Amino acid sequence: MEAQYIYIGLAAAFGLFMAWGIGANDVANAMATSVGSKALTIKQAILVAAVFEFAGAVLAGGEVTSTIRKGIVDTELLTGTPELLIYGMLAALLAAGTWLLIASRNGWPVSTTHSIVGAIVGFAAVGIGVDAVQWGEVGKIVISWIVSPLTAGFIAYLIYMSVQRLILSHDDPLAQAKRYVPVYMFFAAFTITLVTILKGLKHVGLDISVQKSYFLAIVVAVGVSLIGAFAINRIKPDPKAEKRLHFYTVERVFGVLMIITACGMAFAHGSNDVANAIGPLAAVIGIATSGSIAATSSLPVWVLVIGGGGIVIGLATYGRRVIATVGKKITQLTPSRGFAAELAAATTIVIASGTGIPISTTHVLVGAVLGVGLARGIEAIDLRVVARILVSWVVTIPAGACLAIVFYFLFRTVLPFITG
Amino acid sequence: MVGLRLQNKAPRGMRRMANVLANIFGSSPVQPLEKHVNIVYQCAKQLHGFFSAAIGDDWETASKFRDEIEKLEHNADDLKKEIRLHLPKSLFMPVPREDLLQLLLVQDKIANRTKDVSGLVLGRKLQIPQQIAEQFLDFVDRNIDAAKQARKSVRELGELFTAGFRGAEVKLVTGLIEELDRIETDTDEKQAALRAALFEIEKSLDPIDAVFTYQVIERTGEIADMAERVGRRLELLLSH
Repeated sequence: MEAQYIYIGLAAAFGLFMAWGIGANDVANAMATSVGSKALTIKQAILVAAVFEFAGAVLAGGEVTSTIRKGIVDTELLTGTPELLIYGMLAALLAAGTWLLIASRNGWPVSTTHSIVGAIVGFAAVGIGVDAVQWGEVGKIVISWIVSPLTAGFIAYLIYMSVQRLILSHDDPLAQAKRYVPVYMFFAAFTITLVTILKGLKHVGLDISVQKSYFLAIVVAVGVSLIGAFAINRIKPDPKAEKRLHFYTVERVFGVLMIITACGMAFAHGSNDVANAIGPLAAVIGIATSGSIAATSSLPVWVLVIGGGGIVIGLATYGRRVIATVGKKITQLTPSRGFAAELAAATTIVIASGTGIPISTTHVLVGAVLGVGLARGIEAIDLRVVARILVSWVVTIPAGACLAIVFYFLFRTVLPFITG
Repeated sequence: MVGLRLQNKAPRGMRRMANVLANIFGSSPVQPLEKHVNIVYQCAKQLHGFFSAAIGDDWETASKFRDEIEKLEHNADDLKKEIRLHLPKSLFMPVPREDLLQLLLVQDKIANRTKDVSGLVLGRKLQIPQQIAEQFLDFVDRNIDAAKQARKSVRELGELFTAGFRGAEVKLVTGLIEELDRIETDTDEKQAALRAALFEIEKSLDPIDAVFTYQVIERTGEIADMAERVGRRLELLLSH
């Protein structure tokens, strides 16, 4: 009986570490634009990120967690030997964590999601057998890794084009901004609320009908855009600053919008990336407590809370410095551009989360930024860096897999002695 | 245990990894280009003080202005090289890289011409004839106006990028360039008038001085010509 505590303890430690890393690192990508454009102070950004990452993880993180937990490995094959899945999931967590560490030390832009999926596929295919991998599901995930940045890029392109047409190229951009920005707010709030209600609330025990969900999402979105419109109307033009930069006040209006898309981005990030840390943890807990694979017990909410909490700790201990650093570097992403990228990315990610597909939030955001660039919105994008991201994309999967295989055999040999 | 050890090592490298998003932005040429045109204008502006001193036969003050011109021209040159260095071919930009580099080049020529003409005058301690001195200073000022208008136009670059080179902002810049053209035409007319006035009195002047005065007028006029070419380059960007 003591063995299960060791398993759960190890899994919780590894999972918490992963969550910490996600909070320390990835969250910056979601929040830095808002800080860089001075839409939020660092303190406000930390607060927004903490609240919405946590909410995203707990409210909408269930589907992706379940994919990581039982969508990749065909657990049917392991009914006789459930401990193998425990070793494998522990190995996958440790492998992904190690790989992320190696990569980050060398400055390679790797994705947490790619690492963990590669690791799970690796230990399952080599440690258990090629048939143990649900290749159909894995294929779907890999395709989504290509499709999701493209989708985000396309949406961002459309959004920024509409911003240019409706607002920025207009004779009176400020009046146009005050008119249309609340509409963008409505869409941002509507999409995120709807997906959360439709897909997320089941996990916290609420079940709302589809019709009611739409109604509720509309109510929330109208509320958000009304509050936003109120905040926007309080912004008065600053003629002195405008003389030097005509879009000064317009950008401040977009700054308000950006607070909302930043919330959406943090929420989306929490909903998708928390699974990388707690998916394997949930699998280990499920087997260790019930002693069998077959356990169809639903995901305990406290596991999601651990994941969300880990992200918040990472954010508080280390993330704030990263946010400040990145914020200073991405001044090209002014609120009018940044919001378009964030809204497109958040929408794509939240939909993926609702469908249970683990995607790389960073890559989706990069895709969205490129979309704004294609709309002739960004002054200069370094294509070499984009190429480097693509290369690391390809390398991460086998690297995560190889490490997971090594750790798997190590655990399978050593752990039985420790746990007796 | 393992988890803890990893945690301790994490921070140093993670800073670099977090910059995935930050790194995809190349250094934007917009701010530096606006800064460059400002330096170039400041440089051209010194000509007023320079010629005022030269006409008043105060060569000490004139050479101080000349020092300032040289310094600014040098700064503009350095910045030009730096901008070129930070504009690699791998950048993805809404407008062709070559067009931006050409814009930079003609901006820089405003400073070059300023340096040339001040060097020409100071080297020979060339006296602009008193009969046309006032008219000449007026001509110089109009050339400086052209440089100033070029600066005003280039300073719209950031807004142009934001607006995606369309709509009201394009109209605004087109208006600025039209004004720049008007100023340049004005300098042409002043230049012709100045040459005619010089022709009237050239017999009374030292022949070599007369030749050089014609040359100074010619070179000074090139400042407005270069400013106008800045406008042409901007126009090319607009048509993309």
